[in-house]
Amino acid sequence: MSTKGKTLFDKVWERHVVHQIDNGPAVLYIDRHFIHEVTSPVAFKGIERRGLKVFRPEQTTATCDHNVPTLYQELPIKEELSRKQVQQLAENCKNHNITMFGLGHPFNGVVHIIGPELGLTQPGMTIVCGDSHTATHGAFGSIAFGIGTSEIEMVLASQCLIQAKPKLMRITINGKLGKGVTSKDIILYIISKLTASGGTGYFVEFAGEAIRSLSMEARMTICNMAIEMGARGGIIAPDEVTFEYIKGRQFAPKGAEWDKAVAYWKTLPSDPDAEFDKEYTFDAADIEPMITYGTNPGMGMKVTGTIPENEPNTKALEYMNFKPGQKLLGMPIDYVFVGSCTNGRIEDFRAFAQIIKGHKKADNVTVWLVPGSKQVEKQIIEEGLKDIFEAAGIPLRQPGCSACLAMNEDKVPAGKYSVSTSNRNFEGRQGPGARTILASPITAAACAIKGAIADVREFLNN
Amino acid sequence: MEKFTTIISSCVPLNVENVDTDQIVPARFLKATSREGFGENLFRDWRFDANNQPKKDFVLNNPTYSGKILVAGKNFGCGSSREHAVWAIYDYGFRVVVSSFFADIFKNNALNCGLLPVQVSEAFLAKIFSQVDKDPRTELKVDLENQTITILATGESENFEVNPYKKECLLKGYDDVDYLLSLKDKIEAYEKSRIVFSV
Ligand code: SF4
Repeated sequence: MSTKGKTLFDKVWERHVVHQIDNGPAVLYIDRHFIHEVTSPVAFKGIERRGLKVFRPEQTTATCDHNVPTLYQELPIKEELSRKQVQQLAENCKNHNITMFGLGHPFNGVVHIIGPELGLTQPGMTIVCGDSHTATHGAFGSIAFGIGTSEIEMVLASQCLIQAKPKLMRITINGKLGKGVTSKDIILYIISKLTASGGTGYFVEFAGEAIRSLSMEARMTICNMAIEMGARGGIIAPDEVTFEYIKGRQFAPKGAEWDKAVAYWKTLPSDPDAEFDKEYTFDAADIEPMITYGTNPGMGMKVTGTIPENEPNTKALEYMNFKPGQKLLGMPIDYVFVGSCTNGRIEDFRAFAQIIKGHKKADNVTVWLVPGSKQVEKQIIEEGLKDIFEAAGIPLRQPGCSACLAMNEDKVPAGKYSVSTSNRNFEGRQGPGARTILASPITAAACAIKGAIADVREFLNN
Repeated sequence: MEKFTTIISSCVPLNVENVDTDQIVPARFLKATSREGFGENLFRDWRFDANNQPKKDFVLNNPTYSGKILVAGKNFGCGSSREHAVWAIYDYGFRVVVSSFFADIFKNNALNCGLLPVQVSEAFLAKIFSQVDKDPRTELKVDLENQTITILATGESENFEVNPYKKECLLKGYDDVDYLLSLKDKIEAYEKSRIVFSV
């Protein structure tokens, strides 16, 4: 019998296998299920057609985020189809006894922001949602991944999914991060090295000193974008930073249960002799503030860099109206978007505020600041960040996915350049014809001040 | 779900890599609450210009090509997990997508909806593209039972992988939810030993 150590992923996976199909995938039990208005309606139709009720309604939590306007949320949603989808979700939740944090509710927000924020996301859990960025929750040491609508139907019907075990990859980032380098830069750097499909077929554990040094918010940014290198999800071992973050949150274990939980969570990290199917190691010192120049998140470079002379994806460059060998630093931009489940947490707005404080946004840029949730919005106001933004000429909007995928009114016009803290620079992602440049919140702040692609390190002392 | 049998059909070549699901169905078309009718918006922004006029140079608008098989470049279906992408491809009339690489969630979604993702080698993919270039009516045969794909004109053939459980489901038109419901006792037994911490 092999005595080889286990990975964090193995430990969590094994605890959730209800049944192993011979020669096939496993039936995996799901602890926590999140739903939103866009991908769930057809799944509810499916179980209703079968005459079923939701099997474990208390393990599903709903929010509306993708479609919602980020101004005047108090009023009925103007756009008819969006309004209908949100209403449909509310109706489905009511019929099936599912808790929903609807528009205006103090717990409403982007699904991957509110799960962690409410303490619903915990180490050792299996977590799914009909949304690829469910990977975010892996930052807590849980197995979290996005699923399709047919799979939502399976979870609603049985609290289980049929899943083949993925291969495991470990990416270790050694050393300390340089000035102006954030977790967004780490993940953009990794994807630029591995390409947008380099993680396909794998679940990725992120490890190493540079990862350990990160806050929970920053870890979530990394796991969130694991999907952008094609991976099923990302996962980070829980530690004191994790426990500290969860402690006292709405749905976190309390009292004696808390102690029991922490004792269990401490057993989860990968054993020292655990083996991975693939390993990569990077040095934090090599990472600089990053931007993307193409139409997939793998097309990234340092903000001071030049587009590769031999860039094979000419279609992307054409779309972006860029040339091989071009330097982007100093290039005028039109929009800045700060928000999304990648960088819409309180820490992101604090970081943005630190740079923008005492400056004005450039006249040629429109800046959209969209909190990831009602709670983030509340904190922004309470901490006085909103005043800093307003002094810089930037109003604060209301929570939602907003310009991350432009399903609501927040669309970047065709041909315009947008520096965005979201996760995807696909063609048309921020509106038909929009040109997206992904960056960290502090790089976005520097760009907002200069009205052009800027190096945030200019704004940092020492 | 419809049973999947052997398919012999001409194909539509889409020689583009990293086709993401935002291109397959742009987000603004995700507002429907039922799964029918998405075919109209398949590759919407590649197919139609801002005035909803078909773009002549896009392959789906080229009457030379048709069939139940879509052949696409590497890393097909990356990006968003939207199953709508699969519904759109299926609703448009495709039953097979051939590529040298598929994004994971897309592959799962496709298998759950009766759309067969056939992953072939780079070399075989190149052969299909060049054959279709020579003759747009080139037919491919996709045999799920034997897990082979064949270019009928040249007889060249390659095996493809498919998870045995999913294969069974596709051949029988069997559905995952039915299967899971049959395990209800097992699931309830599992729940008794599950690790949970109360709030
Ligand atoms: S913020 Fe963007 S990536 Fe995140 S859930 Fe919303 S649409 Fe998806």
